[in-house]
Amino acid sequence: MVTEEVVDLSRLQFAATAFYHFLFVPLTLGLSFLLAIMETTYVMTGKEIYRDMTKFWGKLFGINFALGVTTGITMEFQFGTNWAYYSHYVGDIFGAPLAIEGLMAFFLESTFIGLFFFGWEKLSKRRHLLITYLTAIGSNLSAVWILIANGWMQNPVGSEFSYVTMRMEMTSFWDVVFNPAAQAKFVHTVSAGYVTGAMFVLGISSWYLLKGVHVEFAKRSFRIAAAFGLAASLSVIVLGDESGYAVTEHQQTKLAALEGMWKTEEAPAAFTLFAIPDDEKRENHAEIKIPYALGLIATRSTDKVLPGIDQLEAQAAERIQRGIVAVKALEALRAKTGDESTKVTFEAHQADLGYGLLLKKYVADVSQATPDMIAQAARDSIPKVAPMFWTFRLMVALGFSFALLFGLSFWYSAKNTFMEKRWLLRWALWFIPMPWIACEMGWFVAEYGRQPWTIYGILPTHLSTSTLSAGSLYGSLAGFLFFYTGLLVVEMYLMFKYARLGPASLGTGRYEGEANFQPAR
Amino acid sequence: MLDYETLKLIWWLLVGVLLLGFAVMDGHDMGVGTLLPFVGRNDVERRVVINTVGPHWDGNQVWFITAGGAIFAAWPLVYATAFSGFYWAMLAVLWALFFRPVGFDYRSKVNNPTWRTAWDWGLFVGGAVPALIFGVAFGNLLLGVPFHFEDNLMPVYTGTFWALLNPFALLAGVVSLAMLTFHGANYLMVRTEGVVYERARLASLIFGAVMLAAFAGAGVWVASGMPGYVITSAVDAGALPNPLDKTVAIQAGAWMGNFQKMPLLWLVPGAAFAGGLLALLLAWARKPVLAFIGSAVAELGVIGTAGVALFPFIMPSSSDPRSSLTVWDSVSSHLTLEVMFWAALIFTPIVIAYTGWAYKMMAGKVTTAFIESHDRSAY
Repeated sequence: MVTEEVVDLSRLQFAATAFYHFLFVPLTLGLSFLLAIMETTYVMTGKEIYRDMTKFWGKLFGINFALGVTTGITMEFQFGTNWAYYSHYVGDIFGAPLAIEGLMAFFLESTFIGLFFFGWEKLSKRRHLLITYLTAIGSNLSAVWILIANGWMQNPVGSEFSYVTMRMEMTSFWDVVFNPAAQAKFVHTVSAGYVTGAMFVLGISSWYLLKGVHVEFAKRSFRIAAAFGLAASLSVIVLGDESGYAVTEHQQTKLAALEGMWKTEEAPAAFTLFAIPDDEKRENHAEIKIPYALGLIATRSTDKVLPGIDQLEAQAAERIQRGIVAVKALEALRAKTGDESTKVTFEAHQADLGYGLLLKKYVADVSQATPDMIAQAARDSIPKVAPMFWTFRLMVALGFSFALLFGLSFWYSAKNTFMEKRWLLRWALWFIPMPWIACEMGWFVAEYGRQPWTIYGILPTHLSTSTLSAGSLYGSLAGFLFFYTGLLVVEMYLMFKYARLGPASLGTGRYEGEANFQPAR
Repeated sequence: MLDYETLKLIWWLLVGVLLLGFAVMDGHDMGVGTLLPFVGRNDVERRVVINTVGPHWDGNQVWFITAGGAIFAAWPLVYATAFSGFYWAMLAVLWALFFRPVGFDYRSKVNNPTWRTAWDWGLFVGGAVPALIFGVAFGNLLLGVPFHFEDNLMPVYTGTFWALLNPFALLAGVVSLAMLTFHGANYLMVRTEGVVYERARLASLIFGAVMLAAFAGAGVWVASGMPGYVITSAVDAGALPNPLDKTVAIQAGAWMGNFQKMPLLWLVPGAAFAGGLLALLLAWARKPVLAFIGSAVAELGVIGTAGVALFPFIMPSSSDPRSSLTVWDSVSSHLTLEVMFWAALIFTPIVIAYTGWAYKMMAGKVTTAFIESHDRSAY
């Protein structure tokens, strides 16, 4: 029997390892294209400094990439080790994009990353540049397939339940691939990666400029990062809006929670700029609202009503009632005690099967569910409001601040005066960690907001785990904590060491801090 | 459109191809990692060893990742049952693999002997531990694993981690570890010269012999009446998969059944012995490229032998035999198998082509002189 403790520990472990993995992914996504831009400039102009830039930022890229690979393997194992029932129940659909990711994207990225580092002398200029692009394309293609898998968890299209095999089965591969939720998430996520890469280069270059070292190197890096970052930060906002629109369509509970909409409002609903949501009393304190704004943003209309939590819970309660019928019919079919009419009953209620399964948290035989249990399960169908409300707003605020910072950086680099704007350089330096925070907040909103489901509306989280003991989970969590802390310390040590050394670490003799340094004339 | 039964068979072959790809490509990297502290006696020698696989280990590791992903997609019940049942064994593999990316990339970025030696042993762990555990896992598949399904098909493993470490499974672990180390030694001979080459040749002779002896020992063990599994109900290979829809019996010597029915299958273990013996002789005769091909053939033979003996079983259950997972009843839907078949058919040759190109671009011996002149840029 899977206990609630096992479910919570499994969630904690997945969340911790996924957050940790995503410390390394966005920099890989963004920096790979920045490297391609720098190397393109080198190939076009023939100026060595651009090759040095590609190599030096490539070194930092490599330090980050190693941990991305390391922690990525965990993600692929973990569905099987800790979410066995999930893997059985939806592997037919979810497994396919993961396998295709390996075949199509991860092979490409991983094969050519080796040539990127070691092929400088063995490959012609153009071939090496091609390698760099293939690495960047590979890492971004990886994101496509992972977000197709994730998008299906949010909006499970192209599939239906089979009671013979007791699982979800694919009915249309192309529906899964072109899932609007997946497409919107992909472009938003990679743009966030580009922002991260640009901030990393902008911040470290600013530090060299503040200290007055490697000035020519830093100026060029700053300019590229400012331009790339401006485009990326604008697209992350626009595409984030697109991703939010997809949520309005497919996940009304997530939208209601992150907007703190306890009650349904008349269209167009107001946007709550600030509030202190109270999950106990189910209301907001100290609200500041902008009239009409949410309705316009979320529905792109003036007349579509956005359901509040009150209405969504009532709908969930109805679906749970129908779900009870579906679960009972399914159990009869599985036990081969049902007949043709059971099949007809099941098919009529199949769409609400997942809602019936929500009750399994409280009672094994769902037909014994009390009205209290049904009311509680309906409440469970809405994620907690306060954490959603705040993380979402923090992410959005950071998103706009990136656009401002990159906008100013681009403006002053166009005017060629950014080197003197020490406030701007300091801002860029201290802002280095912010894209990571924004990325993690984004994932929190997406995945915590998916609760109580692993597959939205289909499979409840509390039914998705493996039959492990709590002791095993404490053990594995301790192991991950140990390894991941150690690895992070080592990674940060190297990252700081090489960022401090700067391009001098290449040993070309062209940069300050080298024994044989000769300033360029 | 291929019929369901054919696709189920194709996927059994394709998983085999991916496992073989893993053994041939990632396997030699793991063998090189296992040998690293022994064939390299000082920093420069060890860097030579590491840089023979430096540009390629990451791409090769994707064979492992893709095999995992393909099992998820094609055999979701196997992925769910094996990964959760072998929980601690999987975590041991995972944590051992952690040492590889960081070991390769971070080791030579700090010029401190303690730091470098520590990562060398990390690379040893990252090579030897997974190689050993994969064999132990295969050994346990042949013995049967204590698990069953609940009515809703939730897999429940009822054994312990320690029960996996039984004598037969450990012998299978020795086969696997020796096989990958043998293969890695042959690869090192291709890419090195001088003392490292000589030590790699010695390692090849030792581990090749150990592999052949352990594989023969395991074969005798299985042939001399080890219990195997047979399906006792009628098999409808094209049916919708439901692992609880059959009856299974445990019979002494059942794993020899396929070889008795189709004597041609003796070619598969034959390939293991022939490839292994030839590779041994070729290593002795200092023909490393041919020896590497020989040890790859031996890997085909060893993995194929386990697969053929088990067929149609993938993961038999010792505690509730009817829950056993087979090629017919642990698979994905017809559509998913078909989609994945085309994906594999299109992308696998492309991957092999550009991997070959990458090796060609980086071909040649890695020398101590190269390491000394590329102190900053080499691993």
